[in-house]
Formats: sequence, structure tokens, C-alpha cells
Amino acid sequence: MSGSTLEIKDLHVEIDGKEILKGVNLTIKGGEFHAIMGPNGTGKSTLASAIMGHPKYEVTKGQILMDGEDVLEMEVDERAKAGLFLAMQYPSEISGVTTSDFLRSSINAHREEGDEIPLMKFIKEMDDAMDYLEMDKNMSQRYLNEGFSGGEKKRNEILQLMLLKPAIGILDEIDSGLDIDALKVVSKGINKLRNENFGCLIITHYQRLLNYVKPDYVHVMMQGRVVKSGGPELVERLESEGYEWIKDELGIEDETVGK
Amino acid sequence: MSNDVFTCDYIESYSKQQQEPAWMTDFRLKAFETAETIDMPKPDKTKITRWDFDTFDHVTNNQSAKQIALNDLPEGIKKFIDIEKEQNLLILRDNVREYVHRSEDLAKQGVIVTDLQTAIKEHADLVKQYFMTDAVSVNEHKLTALHGALVNGGAFIYVPKNVIVEEPIQTIFWQDNPAQALFNHVILVAEENSEVTYVENYLASETEAKTVMNVVSEVFAKANAKISYGSVDHFAHGTTSYINRRGLAERDAKIEWALGQMNDGDTISENVTHLLGDQSVCYAKAVSVGRGDQTQNFTANIVNHGKHTDGIILQHGVMKDKATGIFHGIGKIEHGGTKANAEQESRVLMLSKHARGDANPILLIDEDDVTAGHAASVGRVDPVQLYYLMSRGISKREAERLIIHGFLAPVVNEIPIEAVRKQLTDVIEGKVY
Repeated sequence: MSGSTLEIKDLHVEIDGKEILKGVNLTIKGGEFHAIMGPNGTGKSTLASAIMGHPKYEVTKGQILMDGEDVLEMEVDERAKAGLFLAMQYPSEISGVTTSDFLRSSINAHREEGDEIPLMKFIKEMDDAMDYLEMDKNMSQRYLNEGFSGGEKKRNEILQLMLLKPAIGILDEIDSGLDIDALKVVSKGINKLRNENFGCLIITHYQRLLNYVKPDYVHVMMQGRVVKSGGPELVERLESEGYEWIKDELGIEDETVGK
Repeated sequence: MSNDVFTCDYIESYSKQQQEPAWMTDFRLKAFETAETIDMPKPDKTKITRWDFDTFDHVTNNQSAKQIALNDLPEGIKKFIDIEKEQNLLILRDNVREYVHRSEDLAKQGVIVTDLQTAIKEHADLVKQYFMTDAVSVNEHKLTALHGALVNGGAFIYVPKNVIVEEPIQTIFWQDNPAQALFNHVILVAEENSEVTYVENYLASETEAKTVMNVVSEVFAKANAKISYGSVDHFAHGTTSYINRRGLAERDAKIEWALGQMNDGDTISENVTHLLGDQSVCYAKAVSVGRGDQTQNFTANIVNHGKHTDGIILQHGVMKDKATGIFHGIGKIEHGGTKANAEQESRVLMLSKHARGDANPILLIDEDDVTAGHAASVGRVDPVQLYYLMSRGISKREAERLIIHGFLAPVVNEIPIEAVRKQLTDVIEGKVY
């Protein structure tokens, strides 16, 4: 086994004093693609944000370890340097900072001082990745996410994923708001990264994305916990039968959390 | 030197020593008379009664105008100039001309680029026509009156009818002696159908020495003329500044301001444009950084007189340490200005909890058939933006740097000369970190 390992142990997270995650356990290794599914409001995005260190989320109990190192002790930028990447559901818009300048700063942040990426090499890598994602090259000179359509923002997240090549990628509803063509392009980008060194956690509540990006493991979240795990066959059952059977099986009436 | 040292005798002898014509001496004396009876300005929301507008030296440099080699300039000045390019350039050091150049082309077309003292002698009729007549008046308050009495430097730029000045014209007003006051006066006239880009730098050596800057610019865009006016003000901490830039735009004319307001001392800075002619346009863009204990009061004001006039104000300020920055945005549409548009946006970013920022939008509308809008905000660096940048591995410091530069970019990017744009970026960098 190569690549990195991300371990989440008994994770409890609060936002504004409300407990949203109530003991999540999950391990993702290099080479593995995990999908987390579940209806809205069950804690999926909270898990993603807590792993990356969003300032609004407070971890009250449990551990997150990256190759044994305590992620919760790390600043957000240190988490990124340790190999974590989160493709965000709602990326920030940053006025006055071009996408290109931001990408270059991001790449250089992962390199030693004095070993910055040469400009021409950067431009080539960026152009190649943009071509692959069928993006308009002018986008690199536009301000970061400002005035981007929903689809452009998602492609831009995948562009960053491709350029930064993290050990563990977390994709938070990367499929929401995408039409079928954009979904295919985004999936193509994710699949390009598939190798034994790259672990991926895909958060979605539609199975549509998982038709293009095949997961090895599938987990269902309800009430702030992982309530069911299985292989790719789980996706098919959820597609044909929905979530009700899981609720029945586990005696859950309201699957949401923190309401 | 303090204010009570100034007398009619002093002013007469200064004017004589400058070999000024009688009309200029008279002008000074009348202005001085006014100064003795008129009140100080009262900028809204800033109390200036304890500001030191009295301690300064009026004259420190008794040399006569000269023409030095640009390469002999100190590095700190040279970096503002593109030396290879043979720019259209005027440099004043402690109010005395150090260098002037205009291209042969401009000379042939009758474009005037010179210091004010020379213009008073060589282009008296033009100076007389524009010097504190229709734009800024001696009678506004004590500081404009004192300006008229004590003006000791400046520039005169004149672009004749139908002349398009392709390359920018740059001025550098360099305070070398720490006590030297600049009562600097810029007149920029663009006659009908002409176009010009002008950029000025006010520079001082870093110093705590007490002095005063009293700067007035009068900008005239005649029918269908286009003026792009950039500036970087960077006076030192001990300097108390009054800066007044005013524009008059006639029919179909356009004035674009891009002002980098980077003084380190207490400052009142006002930028007022009158859109007199129908279809005239003004974009007034300004950035400011406050640091230390300084207080600054900025006014951006566009007055729509003509029909179909368009005035857009954009000011962005960053305040750190214990600095105070008050930003007034005033859009005024006069009666008769039908179909006029007045837009404004003022945003202040606070970097410390002791800094004070205030964005004060004002719309004054005396006409029915118009459009107007304003946006104002005072806030801190958005923690979610920081999180997003940091989630890509960018350090907190670098992430803040990106956000601040991004916040100021809409104005910085408008500065027309690359060397000046780069220097403004460096000044911002120096002030923010």
C-alpha cells in the first residue's frame, strides 16, 4: 500500500453550539475512492469542512489523523501541506486576485522558498489542465471565482485539484448544479488523478456522479453518523430504492441533524 | 517658520525674488488678506483644530532651475521613472525645477510641460486665465487662501486643441529638505478634442520633521477632451497635508482620476469634479492606506450639472494600527441634469481592532429624471476567504496580502504608468506590512 492514510475517529463537531457530527469513523487510504451519500442535512458537508478546518466548525471530540499526525493541531494551510485538499461546495470569490496568480501562489506554497515553479512551466501545466477540463483560457485572468457560473466554479475547484495533486482529495458536492456535459468533464478530471497514491472522498447526494467516478467504498450518513457502509452495489440499491429502506432497517424517523 | 512670520512684506519680497509679474504679486497679497480673515475648513467627522498647519519652512532651496542628468538622481527617485524611455517628465526638488523634458513631437504641437514659476513668466495669459479662477477659489477657506498667497511650486501642462498626447506626461514633486513645505499648484488644461494622460508623484524622505503640504490641482477638460489623471501621494509622518484636486469637464469631456493616497501623516484630501457640459463623464477612483496614529479625511465628490452626465466614484481604503480614515462619497445632481447618473462605492477594510474607518455615502439630487446608487461598507478581512486561500496551502500572511492587494487592485490597476503602478504597489506593501 502506498500513498497516505486519513483516519477519522469518533468525530464530534458543533456549529454555533449545535452538534452536527455525532461520532464519525472513517479511514481513507491512498488508491481508494470512497463515496459518502445521504439526504440533505445529515452532516456530510460538515465532515468535509471539519477535516479542512473551516473557522465556523468546532471539533468537540474525536481525532483526525493524516499518516498518524494530528490534523486538528494543524492550521488550515498546514493541513493542505500535509496532503489534504477540499474541493468546496461554495468556493469564495476573491476580488482583485486573478485565478492565475492564486494558482501560482498555491503551487508555490507547496514548494520550498527559492524553488518556486518557473513561470513557463506553470503556464504550461495550467493550460494543459484547463484544456483537459475544457475551460476558457481567459478564466485564468479573471478574478478568482468572481462572476463565475456554478459550473465554472466547480471546474475551477477540479483545476486546483489537478494542479496541486494532493494525497487525499475531498470533493464536497462537486456535482451540484452541473449539467450532464459539465459533469462528464469534471468526472474526467477526477478520474485522471486515480492512482495508488491518491485517495478520494466524494460527498454527494445524487448517484449520478458515481456513474462516472466509480467508488470502491460507499457510506451512508444520517443523523451525523455513518450508518451504513458497503461496496459499489450500495449505490445501485440507493438509486432504485432511495433511502427509506435504510431508515426502516435502523428505525430512523428523521435522518437530519442539528435542526 | 510659523504663520505669524508671514506678512505682506514677506510675500512681496518673495514674489520679487521669484521675479514674478505684478499681477501675481497682487494676487498673492489679496489672497493673504483673505487668509487673515477667513476660517479654516471644517471637514465632516474630523476635528482639525489641533492639527499643525503652522510649522513649516516656506523656502529652503535658493537654487535656480537646472537640468540634471536623470542618472544622477538618487535611487529612491529613479525607481519612479522609466529612464530608458525619455519620458515627458518634470521633476521639482523642494519646489525648484531639477529636470524637464517633453518630446519633440509635443513641442511641435504646442504642448506645454513646465514648472509653474516658468509658466507664470512665459505663459502669463494662460496661467492668469486658469490659476485659482474657475476651479478652486481663494475664498473657500483659510487653506485655499494661504495657498494663493504662498504658492511656491507646481506644474503647468497645456494641451492645445485636437492634440492627442500618446505618451503619458509625468511629474515628480520631491520634498528633499524635511522642513520644506510644498504649496504646490498643478494646472492641467486639455483643449477641445485633445487627450492626455498625466501622472504625478509626491515624494518625501521618511521623516518625523514637522511640515505642511498644501497642494491644489486644477484640471480643465474642454469639449470632447479626455484626461486621465493618476497620482501617488506619499508624504511623511510629520507632515500635515491639505490636498485639493478639482476637475471641470465640459461637453462630452471625460476626466478619469486614479489616486493613490498614501500619506503617513494627518491628511485632508478632497477630489471634486464638476460635470458642467452635457454627456461629460468622470470616474473618480482612489485607494488609501492608513497606519500608525494618523487621521485622514477623504472626500470624493462629483457634481452633475449637465444632461446625460455620468459620475462614478470608487474608493477603497485599508486602515491598520490606530489609524483613522473617513471616506465621504458625494454624488450631487443639480437641477437640470436630466438623465444624469451618480454612482458611488466606498469600502474600508480594517486590519486592527484599534483602527477606525468610516464610509459616508451622500447623494444629493435636485432633478427627477436621473439614476443614482451607492454602496458602502466597513469590515474586516473575511475569515471564510482566508480559509479558502489557506486551504490551498497559502500561509495566513500571504493570504491576507493577496486579499488586501486584491481589494486595492481596482484602482492600482488604473494607474497609467507601469513604473508608477509598481511603486504604488511597493508603497502599499511597505505600509501594510
